[in-house]
Order: sequence, then C-alpha cells, then structure tokens
Amino acid sequence: MTHNFKRIALASLTLCGAVAGLPGTAQAQISGDVVKIGFITDMSSVYADIDGAGGVEAIRMAIADMKGMVAGKKIELIYADHQNKADVAANKAREWIDTQGLDLLIGGTNSGASLAMAKIAAEKKKPFMVIGAGSARLTNEDCTPYTIHYAYDTVALANGTGNAVVKSGGKSWYFLTADYAFGASLQGDTATAVQKAGGTVVGSVKHPLNASDFSSFLLQAQGSKAQVLGLANAGGDTINAIKAANEFGVTKTMKMAGLLMFINDIHSLGLKTTEGMYLTDSWYWNQSPEARAWSRRFYEKMKRMPSSLQAADYSAAMQYLKAVEATKSDDADKVMAQLKSTKINDFYAKNGEIGPDGRHRHDMFLMQVKSQKESTEPWDYYNLVQTIPGVEAFTKLADSKCSLVKK
Amino acid sequence: MTDLFGIPLPALLSQLLLGLVNGSFYAMLSLGLAVIFGLLNIINFAHGALYMMGAFLAWMGLEYLGLNYWVMLLLAPLVVGVLGIFIERLLLQWLYKLDHIYSLLLTFGITLVLEGIFRSFYGSSGQQYAVPDALQGATNLGFMVLPNYRAWVVVASITVCLAVWALIEKTSLGATLRAGTENPKLVQAFGINVPRMITLTYAAGVALAAFAGVLAAPILQVTALMGSNLIIVVFAVVVIGGMGSILGSIVTGLGLGVIEGLTKVFYPEASSTVVFVVMAIVLLVRPAGLFGKEK
Repeated sequence: MTHNFKRIALASLTLCGAVAGLPGTAQAQISGDVVKIGFITDMSSVYADIDGAGGVEAIRMAIADMKGMVAGKKIELIYADHQNKADVAANKAREWIDTQGLDLLIGGTNSGASLAMAKIAAEKKKPFMVIGAGSARLTNEDCTPYTIHYAYDTVALANGTGNAVVKSGGKSWYFLTADYAFGASLQGDTATAVQKAGGTVVGSVKHPLNASDFSSFLLQAQGSKAQVLGLANAGGDTINAIKAANEFGVTKTMKMAGLLMFINDIHSLGLKTTEGMYLTDSWYWNQSPEARAWSRRFYEKMKRMPSSLQAADYSAAMQYLKAVEATKSDDADKVMAQLKSTKINDFYAKNGEIGPDGRHRHDMFLMQVKSQKESTEPWDYYNLVQTIPGVEAFTKLADSKCSLVKK
Repeated sequence: MTDLFGIPLPALLSQLLLGLVNGSFYAMLSLGLAVIFGLLNIINFAHGALYMMGAFLAWMGLEYLGLNYWVMLLLAPLVVGVLGIFIERLLLQWLYKLDHIYSLLLTFGITLVLEGIFRSFYGSSGQQYAVPDALQGATNLGFMVLPNYRAWVVVASITVCLAVWALIEKTSLGATLRAGTENPKLVQAFGINVPRMITLTYAAGVALAAFAGVLAAPILQVTALMGSNLIIVVFAVVVIGGMGSILGSIVTGLGLGVIEGLTKVFYPEASSTVVFVVMAIVLLVRPAGLFGKEK
C-alpha cells in the first residue's frame, strides 16, 4: 500500500514538473532551456595570440554583460582548439550540434577550418559567425544562409592598404608572397586594388610557408627599385620578413605595407622596427572612448590589449544574444532574419550591416604605426590615417559571387 | 655590369654570402647532432627544442636579469648543457641497448614538452631580441650591404666548428672519444670512464645547439616553434654529410646553405625543398653520405 502511494506521489510530481515547464517554452522558444554558444579556434599554435584564450575571455565578457541570461534562459559557452586542422574543426562542430544542442557556432582564425565549419553549420541549419578567418570565399563562392562573416576579409584588407598607399604616393609595388592559396589571393586582391588606384606592380617573389630566412628575398625586392614592399603573408613570416628588412636597410629605400597584420604582431616586433608601416584593421582599442573602456576591462583580465578579433568575438556574441532577446527564440532562421535586418553600432562596429550574402559591412580603418616618440603609453601604436566606409572596403553586393544575392 | 646566368654578378655574390650565413647555422646544429650520433648512436630529435631554449635563455637573461648578449652567449650553452646531463642520466641512458626508434621517440617527446611549456608561457607570436650594440649597423662591401651581425655569425660559427673539429681529430681527448665510439668495452678496460664521457659528449652536443640559438636570437623572432622549423633541414644535412661525420657535417652545412641561397634567386619556390632533393640524390649515389664510411 505504502509502496503504491509512493509511486502515485512520484508520478504526480513528475507531471507537475512537466506542466510547470510548459508555459516557459511557450513564452520563449529556447531549445533545451539553454542558449549554448560554441567557439572553435586556434588555442595553441601560430594564431593563438590574436584570438585563442583572449577570444574565449571576450565572449565570456559578453555573457557576463547579459548577466548570464537571455530571454529568461541561461547562456552557456563551450570552446575547443582546432589545432589549425579543418577536419578537427568540422568534427567538433558536428559533435556539438548533434549531441550538445548548440545554438550558435563562432569560428576563430584559419580560413580552412572556417570553410569546413560553414558547411556543417549550413547542413545542420545553425547560425555560424566567422571572426578570425580572412578568406573572402566565405561570403562569395561558399556563402550559406547561416554564415555571417563578421570582422574582416582579404578583399577589405587589400582595398584598404592597397588603395591608400598608392594615394599617399607609393605608386610602384613589389610583393613578397607566401607560397600558398592565401598568399596568392591576398597578392591578387591587392594588386587589383593597386592598379585600380593608378599604381603598378613591378614584380613579386614567392617564399615557402614558415621560411626562416628572408634576407635573400628582400635583396631581390630591393633590386626591383619599387617604392612599396607589399607583404602578402601572415604571422611569423611577416614578423621575420620585417625584422630582416630592417637589418638589411630595405626599410630605408622602400615603404613596407603589411597586408595582414594585427596589433599583437606590432607589439612583439616593437615600434622601432615597425615605425611608419601601413596596415588595415577592423578595429583598434584606442579608437573611441567606448572602445577604450571595454579594452581596459579586457586588459584587467588578460594583461594585454585586445586585438580586433577579440573585440569582434565580444561584439558578435553580443549581437547574437540581442537578436535572441528580441525574437524570444533561438530558432536559427528567426535569429538570422533579425541579425540581417538590424543595423549594428557598438564599441566594435560602426555603421554595420549584414548583407544577404552574410558579409558584415562596417567601417574599416587604415592605420600607420607610430614612432617611438609619438607613442605615449604601452600599446599606443597606431595613428588613424583614414576611415574606409564598409560599402567601399568590402566586396560590393553587386559584385558578390554569392548565389543568395538576388541581382 | 657583368652577368652570370642572367643574374648580375653583385646580386649573385650577395646571395652566396647570405647562403653562407644560413649555412653556418646548419653547420653548427648538424655538428652537434653528428657528435651525439657518433658517440651515443642516438638520433637527438630534441636538438631543435634545445636550440630554441638557447634563444629563449638569451632573451630571458636580458629581460629578467639584465645579462647582456655576450654573457648569455656563454651562459645559455652551459645551462642547456646541464639540462643535457639530466636528460642523458635520467632518460637516455636506459635506451642504449634498445632499437634507435626508442631514443628517437623519447627525444621527440622532450621536444613536444619543451615547446609546449614555452608556448604556454610566452605565447606564439614570439619575443623580440635586439642586436647587441657592438654589432649594430652594416658594412658596405661594394656589391651588397652586409649587416655586421650577420658577419659575426659566420665568423663565430666557423670558429666554433673548427675548434670542435680540432678537439676531436687532433687532441688526445678526441682520440679517446673516437676510440670510445669504435669500441667502448676496450676503452673502458683501459680505465676510462666511458659512461661519463658519453654524458659529457651529449651535454657538449646540446650546448652547441644552445650556442646556435643565442646567435639566432637577434636575427629571428624568438618563438617556441623556431626549432622545429629548422630541425628537419638539419637532419637532412646530417644525412647528406654522412651520419656521425664531424667534418662532413660542417662542410655540408655550409655548402647546403649556399645551394639554398642560390635556389632562392633562380627558383624561389623550390628553396625549401632543394635540400631534400640533394639528399635524395646523395642517398642514391652514396648511401652512407658524402663523408660517411660504409659499415
């Protein structure tokens, strides 16, 4: 008898629980009663400093600023290291979507990894926000209804630096190019921008990826008598090329233009070596009072200033959470529609708009590296030369190769 | 202007000289590997990581203790040499009786551990180390402007390489070493402490790697992965020169640096593979390497 009573009591309790749960789901349509954000980036290798653990911290700050809740439900963050391997990234994304009930995937550095994750996210119909990867393919040939390319791409970098340097008098260019797909496309995009602006390309030399010595290539560049040396490479290759250029006095006869450089690269090279260089970036910590305020908070936690990617990690996560709040739903289609119809203006993005191709077009900035004398505090590295409006910096919608763009 | 194969002579000369600079790093690293292989019969995969440690120690010495380049040029090899003693006594000595593959795996593991530690503390974009004041500036040689520091690298490494070669080939200590390589049991019977000799040889070999690391610090960005970018090429140099051959590794190191430098002018895309093409050809024609003896 007592046994039976217990059973009935248990059953009615379970029922009560189920009923109590119902109004919640009816009010806000949040799957699994939790909004889960997954972040996959390079946490341990060449790109770990520009994104990595700092990127995780930035997303955590966004969640903390929402007090950990959106539409009345808890927000959770999971993250993983893709070790710069596209298959690792894709498998992790698939696992999270299938077994963890992932609601938003954020992709960090490495274009190969992001292209692979974009396919999975599209197949599973989950929003995918790309921050660290640069390939413009993500919103052209390989665009999907669920990909948002948030921070920058190779086209914007090429337009920014290529165009501006020609206009400031650097007419003839020589390229030092990393010998793989990324280097070739960066050189190609920049050469187009240079020629459009009335400049000429005198020549180029291809170097193997992770080349340890650049002196030989630099002497060839110097022999070309070009005014500008365009560095179509990234990370350690760019750093070692700039060091050698200083050592051999190439910087005395040629202007250096870094085509993909982040503030961390400038920090580790020092101003003495990089002084006067041009570069294009999507954001700089000292560009506005809001940016400074946020960066100070970031600095407290990480003991270094944020890169543009880390700021974009925060901004993207925040815009997504706001969209969930506005639609009271984590349904991918509803949230994507909301994101694509909202103008973005926060401490990171100015005049931002997400197009039907998934490209987030916002202002980009051409910077020149300060001299040691001009720099007044640690991490005070850039002078803003020019603000490039988003529509000019990125691929125009009319020129997009994305099949989702109706022409 | 005189031309040679369509390239102006001054340009060619400057590329030759730059090749020699890179070659001196190859020579010094492969020399250490060759000495270790000759006596211990192990393939020291940790060589690249210890070279990286040498560069990092130079940076740390300046950053934390204010010790300048010249002090660290002596101190860093000593510290790494002591670490080498620990590695050999605690780990390697148990593996001599086993197949080569065990010591190779062990030293590879040491590489991963060391690189992981430095990466987690110092990040991946690396540290900047300035050229010492005395070697700042550049000299105009007529056909090119050579930074003084690069000239110093060539002089220092060739001096060290020749000193090591003379020590091993021309002194009685070297004779004992060479005898120990040939027949350790017999040498031990003469009352010489062979295990201690082995330990010290390993320490000396890795100290050479650290010395090369300190030399490289002002030229390259000091990063956790700087050793792994170089070590594969250095292994190829050792194979081409003949495993265990002292003079072979010095000459091939310098020679391959020059060949690589020339490739950068004529066909830059192949500059990272040319060393391996040479290796394949040498192995086909002379399987024991250019200076190696067939066993």
